[in-house]
Amino acid sequence: MSAAFTGNFAIRTRRLCRRFGELIAINNLDLDVEKGSIYGFLGPNGCGKTTAIRMLTGLLKPSSGDVEVLGLNLPKDAGKLRLKMGYMTQKFSLYDDLTVKENLHFVANIYGLSGRPMKKRIEELLSIYGLNQKVVQLAGSMSGGQRQRLALAAATLHKPELLFLDEPTSAVDPENRREFWEQLFDLCDRGTSILVSTHYMDEAERCHKLAILEDGYKRADGTPDELMESMDAHVVEVEANNLRQLKQSLMVLPEVITAAQLGARLRVLISKKVIDPLIYLKQQNCIQPQNTILIVRPSLEDVFVTCTGTSRQ
Amino acid sequence: MKLVLLRIQAVFIKELIQLRRDKMTFGMVIMIPLVQLILFGYAINTNVRHIPVGVVDISQTAISRVLVQTISATQVVKFTHQYFSIEAAQAAIDKSEVRAVLIIPNDVDQRIVTHPSAGFGLPPASDEESSRPIAQWLVDGSDTMIAGAIKSLRYMPLAELFKKPANRYTPTFEVTLLYNPEQRSAVNIVPGLVGIILTMTMIMFTAGAIVREKERGNLEMLIATPVRSIELMLGKIIPYIFIGLLQVFIILGIGYTVFGVPINGGLGQLAGVTLLFISASLTLGLVISTIASTQLQSTQMTIFVLLPSILLSGFMFPYEGMPVAAQNIAEVLPATHFMRLIRGVVLRDVDSIEMAFDVYWLILFTIAGLTIASLRFRKNLE
Ligand SMILES: Nc1ncnc2c1ncn2[C@@H]1O[C@H](COP(=O)(O)OP(=O)(O)OP(=O)(O)O)[C@@H](O)[C@H]1O
Ligand SMILES: [Mg+2]
Repeated sequence: MSAAFTGNFAIRTRRLCRRFGELIAINNLDLDVEKGSIYGFLGPNGCGKTTAIRMLTGLLKPSSGDVEVLGLNLPKDAGKLRLKMGYMTQKFSLYDDLTVKENLHFVANIYGLSGRPMKKRIEELLSIYGLNQKVVQLAGSMSGGQRQRLALAAATLHKPELLFLDEPTSAVDPENRREFWEQLFDLCDRGTSILVSTHYMDEAERCHKLAILEDGYKRADGTPDELMESMDAHVVEVEANNLRQLKQSLMVLPEVITAAQLGARLRVLISKKVIDPLIYLKQQNCIQPQNTILIVRPSLEDVFVTCTGTSRQ
Repeated sequence: MKLVLLRIQAVFIKELIQLRRDKMTFGMVIMIPLVQLILFGYAINTNVRHIPVGVVDISQTAISRVLVQTISATQVVKFTHQYFSIEAAQAAIDKSEVRAVLIIPNDVDQRIVTHPSAGFGLPPASDEESSRPIAQWLVDGSDTMIAGAIKSLRYMPLAELFKKPANRYTPTFEVTLLYNPEQRSAVNIVPGLVGIILTMTMIMFTAGAIVREKERGNLEMLIATPVRSIELMLGKIIPYIFIGLLQVFIILGIGYTVFGVPINGGLGQLAGVTLLFISASLTLGLVISTIASTQLQSTQMTIFVLLPSILLSGFMFPYEGMPVAAQNIAEVLPATHFMRLIRGVVLRDVDSIEMAFDVYWLILFTIAGLTIASLRFRKNLE
């Protein structure tokens, strides 16, 4: 397949599979990640995000399928890829009993950086990631957010072309999360391609493109807008008094995919098989004439719920 | 090449820092040789003395009391109890109250007079009467060391009993002890202890090396970097080489000052054979480390190697006295070869060239170990 590859893709996979005994953790995954973009994996716990990333970094051998990352065939060329990529693992994997500076020194030496250039690069990273005050603190004694910034500093120390981030913000508060994403966009602007996994909708929405994973399957992919546009459901919000009861009655209808309460409103996803959701809803007994019904713009969460619904039904 | 050295150095420094912060391990580096040396140096004594024994004196004569005193004077045994029947004596042995009992028969004075050991000239060999022993020892034979010590009393001369100078026998063989003429056990044990302590600490430290990275989750980061297996292995064992040398210094230093164990060989020779053994033990630890998946498993495997190293290497029992099967196992263990080398160098000032087989074996073991560990350590998560 590599002959068909143009230079525009950082990652391409075809029919990528990974089995653990009976379990199929990744099933026929096709991916096209463009260079210079931020690509997201969105999915619940256990859907295979980490497994996919491990295969893309060459740490895990695929059971079958083709992988090409930065023009290198994996797992054959995994050794060459290591110099060009950075990987921030889901679990903090630097040394807890080393200080910030010692950790960075270690990583720098491993990537062949030493002496003056190393000092300069480490200084630079410390100030980018706000770790100046923490140089002599043991990594194990830092807060979740600080540790995550240290991990990002270590993963980007050798200025990799491609960066893998596995749930980088799971231990980080919203304020720090925003800042973290600013830094990702900075890296992206300087030409780094980034693949990031998450189970937060707001983070997924920031990605240039994303894939929604469930049970090892890719359920949908594209830009957030494309995904919302092409969604297979209407999104309707109903204002009523007895929302709990209304939800019960709506959920039994075959055309209603799901209904979720949002404060005083009920957000209802209705299959596209229904041509006009407003008329459809007004025909239902449970809807009172005085209830307000509005068609609203879909969110990524709606997309997620619609395309991962199969297993719940 | 420069990059290779840089990466080895990175791992080396990292290990050194971690070691320094790990107070427990660092303490063990010093405490293990100290405590073991004091324990073994004082406690292990192959010259058994003052064994508690009892006596059943059926004759109750003056001569039987003198007999008991004469035996006491050898210091091999110490009479602590007196029993009035053989049954009571046996019960005392069963209870471990005493380890042996001397039974003095009714006609002891008669037996002594006709006995050759009393020094009244040799009776004719056919004389039934005079070839009878004068008394009987009942011994708890379960401890062979104690039984052996009491057996050594079998041909004890009794001439002193009659205040006469003992017959001077001309020995069949003259025995000259070339080394350790005073027959102190410490002289043999201290150099051997170097081997045992190094086996214990060196294998234990490195056996946990890769496993620890695995357990703490550092491995996933590490294998995603360009560091090679062999670089990782070398960087991890180098700090422990220094630690091993420090331990040898402690053991031999105390052996010399406290136990008076002489160091007859050259220090260069000593450092050479020790380095070889340290390297062999460290690579063995690394191999264990790549097999085990938890620290508990690696500790268990360390003990699996440690026990035969203590028992079969010649540290506890002479190699020559072991059955061939045990000798074959012993030949595989680096500790056996080191035991020969260090005793040779420390006690007999042998040039290690003269023991080339043992030297080659340790070198071969190290190379094989390092190769196996590097091959086994796959740079992926399978
Ligand atoms: N080494 C392994 N052996 C057996 N099963 C595994 C292994 N690694 C992952 N799995 C299984 O594969 C599936 C996907 O796991 P994975 O870790 O990729 O999920 P994830 O999307 O990263 O989840 P999370 O959000 O919790 O990190 C899970 O069912 C998991 O149990
Ligand atoms: Mg995961």
